[in-house]
Amino acid sequence: MNDSDEPSNALVRPYAVTRGRTRPRVEIAIEALVETTARGRDASVVGGREQQLIAGLCALRVQSLAEIAARMQMPLGVARVLVADMAADGLVAVYEPTAVGDDAVGTELLERVLSGLRRL
Amino acid sequence: MGFGGSDEGYRRPSGRVTSSKIVIAGGFGVGKTTLVGSVSEITPLTTEAIMTSASVGVDETAGVPGKTTTTVAMDFGRITIDQDLILYLFGTPGQTRFWFMWDELVKGAIGAIVLVDTRRLADCFAAVDFFEHRGLPYLVAVNCFDGVQLHQLEDVREALAVGPQVPVIPCDARSRESTKQVLITLVEYVLNMRRTRQTTPSR
Repeated sequence: MNDSDEPSNALVRPYAVTRGRTRPRVEIAIEALVETTARGRDASVVGGREQQLIAGLCALRVQSLAEIAARMQMPLGVARVLVADMAADGLVAVYEPTAVGDDAVGTELLERVLSGLRRL
Repeated sequence: MGFGGSDEGYRRPSGRVTSSKIVIAGGFGVGKTTLVGSVSEITPLTTEAIMTSASVGVDETAGVPGKTTTTVAMDFGRITIDQDLILYLFGTPGQTRFWFMWDELVKGAIGAIVLVDTRRLADCFAAVDFFEHRGLPYLVAVNCFDGVQLHQLEDVREALAVGPQVPVIPCDARSRESTKQVLITLVEYVLNMRRTRQTTPSR
């Protein structure tokens, strides 16, 4: 067992970092992209160790919510609450995915994906 | 398009960055993570979602009746399609009791790949049923290491009772080129379905 003041992720109750909140302020899709804003790059305005780590992670390159959860080793639901808070505070920008609906947007997206895959 | 001065590692917020996803389903050990890893630009990552659901009695914790928490692991990978579009591949457990998770996974997805091991065909029945029910376009990719005969593909089609329009194709999940071809086949299939729907007068 770990007796230090800085317990490892596995020993922390997952939602402790969200102060017990399990509902995010806004719903964020698992593949939604997150990018640290100029404000979020200023360490002095980002409170909390987890939020600082997320801000650092998404400053290097855009990351999906799933990537944030995986790299932070936290459940998806916890990452979602934290990222929603950070978005509300203007620390990160969240770019929603393009859903493939029955419209021209969906067709355009599919064509982009197809040509991208062919270039791989 | 003019995207002057973008550094390679860092993308400036353009406000138009977006993402999409393809779901990879199949039984345990069929090679989903191998398939994702063969084309992903990152080593496949695992995210764990904690699910609280009404207890089904199977893995009920002693002394805590009524509710059960399950940790569902999803392996996923990432492909940068172009400067403003990232495609994610999500591998998902095939078992029926994870369907509540799939709802979130399939929402807005391009389509799904059902990865099949011919020795354990039954493992993917739940996935095929689910995608049929949800109306999500899917194809069946038969993972085979030593080549596959055409009649085997037709046997798989018959055993899974999938319609004649659904592609059933061989693949080698270890091969980048093979996986790339599976993804291309899926996207072409989805595009063709849409074009057919648009040109066919509704009855």
